[in-house]
Amino acid sequence: MSERLPLLEVVDLKQHFKITKKYTTKAVDGVSFKIYSGETYGLVGESGSGKSTTGRSIIRLYQPTSGTVIFDGVDISKKLNGEQESNLRKNMQMIFQDPMACLNPRKKVSEIIAQGLRINKICKDEKEVMEKVGNILEKVGLSKEHATRFPHQFSGGQRQRIGIARALVMNPKLVIADEAISALDVSIQAQVINLMKDIQQELGTTYLFIAHDLSMVKYISDRIGVMHLGHIVETGTTDEIFKNPIHPYTKSLLSAIPHPNPKVEKGRIAITYDKKAMGVDYTLGINHQVSDTHFVLATQEEYVNWK
Amino acid sequence: MSEKKDTKDRVLSIRDLNISFETSSGIVNAIRGVRLDLFKGETIAIVGESGSGKSVTVKAIMGILSGNGKIDSGSIIYNYHDNKGNECSADLVKMSNKDIRYNFCGKKIAMVFQDPMTSLDPTMTIGKQIMEPMIEHLKLSKQQAKEKTLQMLELVGIDQIDKRFKQYPHQLSGGMRQRVVIAIALSCDPEILICDEPTTALDVTIQAKILELIKDIQVKKNISVIYITHDLGVVAKVADYVAVMYAGVIVEKGNINEIFYEPRHPYTWGLLSSMPQIDTDSTRLFAIAGSPANLLEKVIGDAFAPRNPYALKIDFKQEPPLFDVGGQHRVKSWLCHPNAPVCDMPIDLRRRIDKMLEKEV
Repeated sequence: MSERLPLLEVVDLKQHFKITKKYTTKAVDGVSFKIYSGETYGLVGESGSGKSTTGRSIIRLYQPTSGTVIFDGVDISKKLNGEQESNLRKNMQMIFQDPMACLNPRKKVSEIIAQGLRINKICKDEKEVMEKVGNILEKVGLSKEHATRFPHQFSGGQRQRIGIARALVMNPKLVIADEAISALDVSIQAQVINLMKDIQQELGTTYLFIAHDLSMVKYISDRIGVMHLGHIVETGTTDEIFKNPIHPYTKSLLSAIPHPNPKVEKGRIAITYDKKAMGVDYTLGINHQVSDTHFVLATQEEYVNWK
Repeated sequence: MSEKKDTKDRVLSIRDLNISFETSSGIVNAIRGVRLDLFKGETIAIVGESGSGKSVTVKAIMGILSGNGKIDSGSIIYNYHDNKGNECSADLVKMSNKDIRYNFCGKKIAMVFQDPMTSLDPTMTIGKQIMEPMIEHLKLSKQQAKEKTLQMLELVGIDQIDKRFKQYPHQLSGGMRQRVVIAIALSCDPEILICDEPTTALDVTIQAKILELIKDIQVKKNISVIYITHDLGVVAKVADYVAVMYAGVIVEKGNINEIFYEPRHPYTWGLLSSMPQIDTDSTRLFAIAGSPANLLEKVIGDAFAPRNPYALKIDFKQEPPLFDVGGQHRVKSWLCHPNAPVCDMPIDLRRRIDKMLEKEV
């Protein structure tokens, strides 16, 4: 495991937003993790925990306050030259949450998907562009004929497929999926998750999967990072997080997952997690190693208590 | 069973409701003959994917259908007690929207919407927003309304009520906002509370708390609740009775155990199978193939047939009636016809249900 080179390495990433002269929101406050080639890393947490901000900082939608992001051996958190920039844009793509809002309603599907190809001049001629668009549409379960339509002519699930096609047409190494399925129906969510898995198997794409729904994350992720208030409080393989959670926040998240079983669900009471009442301060915690891949953010005393 | 049913107070009964919408691309038959009963103190959940017509059904009850919507036929009988305590009944279909709004909306029937940010007025303090319906419907004085508002805020579990009373919606978190919306809905002591995806916009941790809150209040005030959701986990937690909707019709209904442990309709099988499970090692999710029915086209036979691996030939020709399969359980599928070939639920689902039944509480 340790010999594998990480595709993406985030070291002590901080993203602060200055609201007023006196007040700064620390959306992401020192996050470090690694994603290896070909795996899926799930980032979960409640809204406001900074998981989307992390994703957006990585893809350079924000200028990080401090910390480094190393992608494919290049530090991408500082100013880049033209070649590095275009290289990054080709190899890192994003799928957004709301399939209604992220597609330009005035453009045809073919134009939306081909935009990246044209800007980066990847194809020799127009024929090759359209060939690529047709292939990727078929890969995501749509047909070539859909290319001449406009986004409003599609249902929510189909639009999300177009979003996925747009990200994958560049053949990127890393795809950041920011709540890519939360706006969809349950039956369609399953279709999209299965599609993303199939594509990963075929093309070896790496995913950073950001979501708040732990039960869906379980199906796609190899490793999971649990975020709360700008810190990753626990990280480990999917099995470790689900079978042996240590941090009380992870436990409360797991206990909040609804079970589709009336017998259990009627009596279930979610564990509450009150950071203040427990006196937990994330800035004091250090990463404790539970196993090879399993880490918990805690002070020495907390770690002993929780374990 | 039927005798037992009659002893309960029937609050709302929907019969053969048909609703259509006129759109630029043609007439959409969103609701095609819905029949549903709501009893006093009971919780009913309407489940289905988006576009199945679950929201449209309750909007018809509230008289808030959008302008291009039209109720073609059917009736919604609402039995209520007037101010003097007399039993009355009214057909909401025959009333004008204005009359419904004046007599029932907010007063007798209240609704909690999906997104608390868009259903609250950002320019008014939350105290004022909770007071408004009480002053309007119950003709309370400002002082009385304020006292009751503070009680409501306490009831829905908001702390520092005096401070919160003067705050604006943007100063509250999503969960707190939804609590305020619930307080507004309950302020006039309604008999029916309709919750349209009350927790979809919220985090799982908050979701459980809001559901527990609604349940708690329901027991305290003995009101009837209609839930609309596509999340079967929510249904399992709150509902007594479940109606599964697909393409504008109820395809299966029954009490919670009948639906979760003995589902009979292939669509319900699909829904239950596609729920993610925590305690499984399988890495693949079941997905219902295809996409939802397009109601712009005339539906011939069973609307679910094109996505249904168990479809019979007759499914493509004739619409199945609602079969009574015992208890309160009704299924709209030809598979329940006595002459249909025996067809069991998928083996994976059978195993899953057996596993669920084995679980100790």
